[in-house]
Amino acid sequence: MYGLIWRLLPGPVWLRAILALLLAALAVAACFEWLFPWLAEYMPFNETTVGAAAA
Amino acid sequence: MTHAPDTRPSANQWWEPSPVARHYAPPPRARRQSGDSGGVVASAVGVVGELLVTAGVILGLFVVWQLWWTDVEGDRAQAEIIAGLDWTPPPAEPAGPAVATQHRAPEAPPVAAPPTEGEVFGQLYVPRWGADYVKPIAEGVEKESVLDTIGIGHYPDTAMPGDLGNFSTAAHRTTYGKPFHLIADLQAGDPVVVRTEDTWYVYRVTESKIVTPWQTEVVAPVPGLKAGDPLPELTQRFITLTSCHPMYSAKERYIVHGELDYWAPVSEGTPQELLDAGISFADGGL
Repeated sequence: MYGLIWRLLPGPVWLRAILALLLAALAVAACFEWLFPWLAEYMPFNETTVGAAAA
Repeated sequence: MTHAPDTRPSANQWWEPSPVARHYAPPPRARRQSGDSGGVVASAVGVVGELLVTAGVILGLFVVWQLWWTDVEGDRAQAEIIAGLDWTPPPAEPAGPAVATQHRAPEAPPVAAPPTEGEVFGQLYVPRWGADYVKPIAEGVEKESVLDTIGIGHYPDTAMPGDLGNFSTAAHRTTYGKPFHLIADLQAGDPVVVRTEDTWYVYRVTESKIVTPWQTEVVAPVPGLKAGDPLPELTQRFITLTSCHPMYSAKERYIVHGELDYWAPVSEGTPQELLDAGISFADGGL
C-alpha cells in the first residue's frame, strides 16, 4: 500500500520524501478537522451534565 | 528497500546503494516477479499489516487530538469570545480600581431575561483558579454548540444569575479548554463571581459533592429537591457547577453548590474578591 504510493510519487528520492511528508500532513490535518470531531461524539468520556435531556 | 552494508565506500552518496547492494536482489520482489502465488499472499499480509499499523497511528493521533488539540482550540475560541464581548470595564479611580459596593438583601439584584440558546450572556471569574481565569457562559448545555466551543453552559429553565432558585452551569473538566478543570480545588467560602454586562454576582461555595449522572436534583431550584416534590417558596439564590468525575471519565459528576453573597453594578467598581486575587481591569485588563 505505502510501497505503491512511494512508487507512484514522481521525482528523485528527496522530492518523493517531501511529497510523502506532505501527504502525511494532509492526512493528519483531515483527521483533526473532520474525523476526530465526528468520532468524539461517540466517545463516552466527555459528559459533564446531569440529566437525560442534556447529552 | 535495500540496505547498504556499513562497509560501503565513503565516496558513495548515502542514498545510492553500494556496489554490493546493487547486486543483491531482495527476495520478496524476486518472488513476486516470478508470479508465484505465495507472493500474492505475502503482499496481502503486507497490506493488512500496513492497515493495522495505520489504525494504531490514527488511534494515537486521536488521543493527541482529544487531550491536547481540543484544549488549544478551546482556549483560543473562549479567549476570542471574551475579547469579542467588548463589555465596558469597571471604573478606576486615580488611586487604583474602584471597589464595588456590596449590595445585599432586601435589595434584590437585577436579573437578566433568559437568553436564547447559544447566546453568551455572562463571564465567570474564580479567584481560586488564578488571576487570568475568565470564561464565557452561554445559554444551553448542548455539547457541540456550547460546551465544546463556548465553554460554560447554563442549564435552560434554571435561574439566571442573581435570581431566586439555582443558577446551574456545566463545563468540561478536561479537554475543549476545560473551564472547570480545577473544580475539585474549590473549598467552602471560596468566591465564585459571575458577571453579566452590567452586574457582578458574587457567590460563595457552600458544598462540593460527587453524584451519579442521573441525580438531577443538584440543579433543582433548591438543590436536593427531588422531581415531583412540591416547590417551596424560593428564598435563596444558589449557583451550581457540574462537571465530569473522575477526570477523563463520565462515570460520575462533580458538583459544587454556592449561594449568593452580594451583588454590585459593574459601573460602581470591581468586587474586592477579584482585586484581592490580582484581577484588575485598570490597564485594559482581561
